[in-house]
Amino acid sequence: MNRRSLILGLSACVVVFFLLSLLTGPASYGPIDSLRALVVGGDEAAAIILREIRLPRALLGLMVGFALGASGAALQGFLRNPLAEPGIIGVSASASLGAVTVFYSGLAGASMLALPAGALVGAVASVLLLLGIAARHGSTLTLILSGVALSSLAGALTSLALNLSPNPFASYEIIFWLLGSLKDRSMVHVAIALPLMAAGAALLFASSRALDALTLGEESAASLGIDLRRARLFVVGGVALMVGAATAVAGAIGFVGLVMPHLVRPLTDRMPGSLILPAGLGGAALLLAADVSVRVAIPARELNVGVLTALIGAPFFLWLVARTRREAF
Amino acid sequence: MRLSTTNLSIELSGRKVLDRVSIDLQPGEVVGLLGPNGAGKSTLMRALASLLETPDVLLGDRALSTLASGERARKIAFLPQEKTIGWALAVRQLVMLGRIPWRAFGQKPSVADEATAAEAMRLLDVDGLAERPATQLSGGEQARVLAARAVAQDTPFLIADEPASGLDPAHQILMMQAFRAVAGKGRCVLVSLHDLTLAARWCDRVVVLDGGRVAADGEPGKVLDADLLRSVYGVTAHVAHEAGKLVLAPLALSDGGRP
Repeated sequence: MNRRSLILGLSACVVVFFLLSLLTGPASYGPIDSLRALVVGGDEAAAIILREIRLPRALLGLMVGFALGASGAALQGFLRNPLAEPGIIGVSASASLGAVTVFYSGLAGASMLALPAGALVGAVASVLLLLGIAARHGSTLTLILSGVALSSLAGALTSLALNLSPNPFASYEIIFWLLGSLKDRSMVHVAIALPLMAAGAALLFASSRALDALTLGEESAASLGIDLRRARLFVVGGVALMVGAATAVAGAIGFVGLVMPHLVRPLTDRMPGSLILPAGLGGAALLLAADVSVRVAIPARELNVGVLTALIGAPFFLWLVARTRREAF
Repeated sequence: MRLSTTNLSIELSGRKVLDRVSIDLQPGEVVGLLGPNGAGKSTLMRALASLLETPDVLLGDRALSTLASGERARKIAFLPQEKTIGWALAVRQLVMLGRIPWRAFGQKPSVADEATAAEAMRLLDVDGLAERPATQLSGGEQARVLAARAVAQDTPFLIADEPASGLDPAHQILMMQAFRAVAGKGRCVLVSLHDLTLAARWCDRVVVLDGGRVAADGEPGKVLDADLLRSVYGVTAHVAHEAGKLVLAPLALSDGGRP
């Protein structure tokens, strides 16, 4: 499949699921009425529901899905490892820890912004730590191992917070948040995430050539004129911005970043640099579709979308691993 | 333009790997880098390819370390010993990676890029594999594809670390012929080898490293002899001449001892 038709096809999927997401919800309006309410206003209740509840939800689905898919593709390319995913450098776990700390301290009740702010602080702290270690030792292996260690530490501290939690309701809220969801978000969340994700995406796209060259290993890439230190900074920084922002507004949503690059890679020329955009679009379509499904499947007791992506993603990934030999990646 | 270093010493983790090494590479020559395992060949090649941060390597009369990375990549190509192919790219695309330094960011390969890559694939006899996924090739085929990538970089200097290891005799000769063709265009090739006869027959000059020092530097016919092989490699060897060129066959460890 050539690149243009792949991008067009995936964009069409994104548009379809975006519209479906706008049209799905407990309040039933016809598609025409809904879109009119969204664009020109009209029926006041419908306009509020569309503009302040469904639009932010659909926008966040698109943005978070794109961020996860694109980050997964960039990290797999950078680490030359098909098993890499945004979680591997510890950013999502640290962002979760930041958010959990906010819950635990009771600040969450003070302001709607406290939670995403806490998650961002966690993400930024982990990245600074990671880059500090990577700058001193400078190998990709150090980066992975530090990320894994950081991830475990953040996970352990999150468990500690749960363990010490003063009341069961706080624990319940923390666990629920950790499952990942796009429910009840506002345009404020969109405004928080959008600039960070845009900056992150710019960093990742700027690294595409370095990712291509890294196919040949670090020494060859360096001899091709790639500044490895800069590439590392851009990829880690870009992934941190995108995943940190995604976790801040939607909690931890797994498997999109791991699975999506594998799904679209066979449809591309397999150059790691040119995989970022299709993987991002695919991630957006997948998360929007998943978010529509959780609303349609059990309307009364809505699932968290992170639960659904993990439920579908993990067995799918297992199937993928069993089916394809190592060479096919 | 020359690529040279004078009295280069390098310590890695407290061990002296190179000890006052001087080497001078001229356009148009194929230089063989010989020496036992651990003699410092790879370190010297990395230093000359500017992969180690050493200020002592000169390109012309400029310190190599002062060149911007993109500029350097248009002067020196490096083929590492490890054969890394991360993803199942088609051979054609993998070879095209060698053209990265010649394109602005986001620019598509030009007709000239395609032609240079195609020429490199022909030289290494991998043009028939162009559409195959590089990860599914045999080890020898991968070695040639990666060499074609380095040749496609089309730089005045090509530094290849043991590119012929693991190749059958015919493809070893093919690879050396490819390097001769590259040198014929006024380029310089520095290639490390363990096959002494291959070095003697195809290189204009050999530099022999031993324990981080230059043990010999000159035309193969003048510097490669039984004494040198005994002192550097610790082997006795049969040395003969065939059509004016040397044939060297190691026979046994000298002194009946260890290398």
